Amino acid sequence: MGSYLPSTKAEQQEMLDTIGLKELRDLFVDVPREMLLEDSVNIAPGLSELGVRRVMEGMAKKNTVFDIVLRGAGSYDHHIPAIVGTVTSKEEFLTTYTPYQAEISQGVLQSIFEYQTMISELTGMDVSNASVYDGASAAAEAVMMTQTRGRERVYVAETAHPEVIETIRTYCWGRDVPFELIPQKGGVLDLSALEDLPKDTACVYIQQPNFFGQFEDAEKAAELAHAAGAKAVLGVYPIALGIMKTPGEMGYDIAVGEGQPLGIPMSWGGPYLGFMTAKKEMMRMLPGRIAGETVDKQGKRAYVLTLQAREQHIRREKASSNVCTNQALCAMTSAVYMAAMGPEGLREVAQLCYEGAHYFADELAKLKGFERVHEGEFFNEFLTKCPMDVIKFETEMAKRGILCGLPEDNNILWCVTEKLDKAAIDEIITIIKEVSGQ
Amino acid sequence: MKLIFERSVKGRRTFQMPASTFPKRELPEALKRKTAPRLPEMSEVAISRHYTKLAKQAFGVNSGFYPLGSCTMKWNPRINEAVAALPGFARVHPLQPRDTVQGSHEVLNKAREVLCEITGMDDMTFQPAAGAHGEYVGLLLMKKYHEKRGDFQRTRVLIPDSAHGTNPASASMVGFTVTHIPSDENGCVNLDALKAALDDTVAGLMLTNPNTMGIFDPNILEITRLVHEAGGLNYYDGANLNAIMGWVRPGDMGFDVIHLNLHKTFSTPHGGGGPGAGPVGCKEILRPYLPQSHMGEWDSRRPDSVGQVRAFFGNFLVVARALTYALTLGKEGITRTSGMAVLNANYLMRKIEPYFPPYYNRICMHEFVISLEKVKKQSGVGALDVAKCLLDYGMHPPTMYFPLNVPEALMVEPTETENRETLDEAAQAFAEIFEAIKNDPDSLHDCPKTTYISRPDEVGAARNPIVRYQFD
Repeated sequence: MGSYLPSTKAEQQEMLDTIGLKELRDLFVDVPREMLLEDSVNIAPGLSELGVRRVMEGMAKKNTVFDIVLRGAGSYDHHIPAIVGTVTSKEEFLTTYTPYQAEISQGVLQSIFEYQTMISELTGMDVSNASVYDGASAAAEAVMMTQTRGRERVYVAETAHPEVIETIRTYCWGRDVPFELIPQKGGVLDLSALEDLPKDTACVYIQQPNFFGQFEDAEKAAELAHAAGAKAVLGVYPIALGIMKTPGEMGYDIAVGEGQPLGIPMSWGGPYLGFMTAKKEMMRMLPGRIAGETVDKQGKRAYVLTLQAREQHIRREKASSNVCTNQALCAMTSAVYMAAMGPEGLREVAQLCYEGAHYFADELAKLKGFERVHEGEFFNEFLTKCPMDVIKFETEMAKRGILCGLPEDNNILWCVTEKLDKAAIDEIITIIKEVSGQ
Repeated sequence: MKLIFERSVKGRRTFQMPASTFPKRELPEALKRKTAPRLPEMSEVAISRHYTKLAKQAFGVNSGFYPLGSCTMKWNPRINEAVAALPGFARVHPLQPRDTVQGSHEVLNKAREVLCEITGMDDMTFQPAAGAHGEYVGLLLMKKYHEKRGDFQRTRVLIPDSAHGTNPASASMVGFTVTHIPSDENGCVNLDALKAALDDTVAGLMLTNPNTMGIFDPNILEITRLVHEAGGLNYYDGANLNAIMGWVRPGDMGFDVIHLNLHKTFSTPHGGGGPGAGPVGCKEILRPYLPQSHMGEWDSRRPDSVGQVRAFFGNFLVVARALTYALTLGKEGITRTSGMAVLNANYLMRKIEPYFPPYYNRICMHEFVISLEKVKKQSGVGALDVAKCLLDYGMHPPTMYFPLNVPEALMVEPTETENRETLDEAAQAFAEIFEAIKNDPDSLHDCPKTTYISRPDEVGAARNPIVRYQFD
């Protein structure tokens, strides 16, 4: 049985003697007798490190690790530079708490400050918080930031990630906020729905590129939101920002997104990173932690958690959000990733994703039955038809070691990252031909 | 110390992508970004050294004693990290076909089985990413429960004055108003105040037990009974579960819904403020309202679900770590772990008592609270000064100024993974500080003296916020 208790039985007894008790059970004197368990809970005996490793490895082996991943839809198989893992597994970063004691936490605070700067640069926005849970909860928190008296109605793009839509819907239901969907036409939003928005509109939420990989007319959407006096919120794919026009350049008030593509493994959905950036005017509405620069008593540059008057431990029920623990180590992961890539590396990744996906789409279009469902510009994801039963296609591809695109009704949502070069894609096309009988 | 941007030199590279093998293609001009992000440009060794320097200015559980009350800074076993790094867990896409992720489902199912048994709950969701996120889900379940019964007038939540700040903040996020319940002279729920607050507008009670004073409320059965009789539900804030695992179960105390902080009780690391995990357990009556993807796939048979609170299934790798821990401890280990957490707290409390007596002088659970109120009146030295002085002893200070109902509070939680020598050294530090307060109280205002910076100007930081690097 594994144990992380340093005290020997003899020490335990001596300590009990020191406080004048006989046995551990005496410590639970305030627990009503009728509920005090006689013999612990009904779980298996403990395991050695070797034993538990065997058990957990057994479970891990029941999962299939695909070498070729053509699936995105909110989780992306990008290359992770080796330096990322070695930095973030340092024990000081791994095991420290939220940096409440600034004097011994300058390393953590500075790393958050640097992360805030990098993610603001990437999105072209003024300010950032220290992170929230994931892209979907970041979107929901962003929508809540825009709530003011008399302006509560929320318009959410039907072309956003389905789970982002559902998460915003939940947060709106919680606070009794009116929720509306902006309809789509041909894989992009029908922006005519944003003309003449009602006076009680708080914000419009758009995703760029959208769930189908298509580029929205995001600039126009922001204009329409602003024309109605509402805020504009954009959800973005951070890798695309290597080449794509930023929310800052398009005049958005808030930009959020899923930071997983920035150096975080797919991990069956979590932990991920919700990043939140905003215009300066909205800084005090941001939820969660924010690191800020100041000086110490000697005038030396220092970092602290700041603007805490927004937060739950000070404001309690009047706080801007309940966020406490966020995704600090994931934020650091993305910062190390961005430092390793640099502006040029990030541009190269985005360009490879873009070119690779278009090459793949073109090659697919040469086959029978895999033509694109939508027209228009896309980044690295696109929807095609499928000439056979899509689940059977998925199964057959999986047998050949390929996680194909995501089945969407009888269509397939494909994704290409920088991990695949032309030779790899040509090979995949050959396999698809075989599977679809061509 | 230099910022990473101050080490950047234009044109330096760490990581180069392979040259494109595809036909050249450019994004249309209208969609292109106009200015490149000013990300650091540096070599790999420069990145490594930068973060190594930062790590030297961070304090982890590996650095020293970390008795930060309410945060359960126990040792984070390294086998948990090894398990989380297994490719079978780390390199799996969340939307893979079900038959290719049987192992992930097994992790969630096993974790549910073990955690439901420890807490006395019937079902669980692993969606919530942190404790506060779990509170939010738990309160959504309560809201849905009342709405389904047509009890739309139930919009008040009762919360003791000693509660974590997240409790009232979470209540606001589901549109509930908060009624604060004062503590009685023993630091427990004031029963008369509770009775007076209960009526048919109450959605429920949020309670931490043991509470933030480290006291197990002996009236717990009466409290949960009163709330049930008034038609409300009982919510258990699991932040303090480390005190009672294997000894008593929230489900047996009368709670209907709970959240756990896997990054506290179940040893997963805090990472400087996350990622954690805040699974929510509930009794049968609340099961229909759990999030759709509560057990690892979208479940469309949940028409009454409160909905998603994030994408996918939760912080899965954190759950895998916690399961590793729970399986390692097992039946006996779980019980002894909590027993030793409580013993360490009581031992340290009695060792410190001659200098700083506990605010409530009784057997405590996993943590205890001292108040510097009298000391401050006599000497001008408050909780902040003592905390800053402890930094010079190479330990992390206790939680300061919390709970709010104790003036000049320091909240001490040693955890079970500390040995007796460490506790004795901490007690010695408190003794020396006590002497210093008697002899030269003013000197304490200058602490800490051995850290990288001295006390920072927090007021100035908030008044004139600089929250990102100012490029030239």
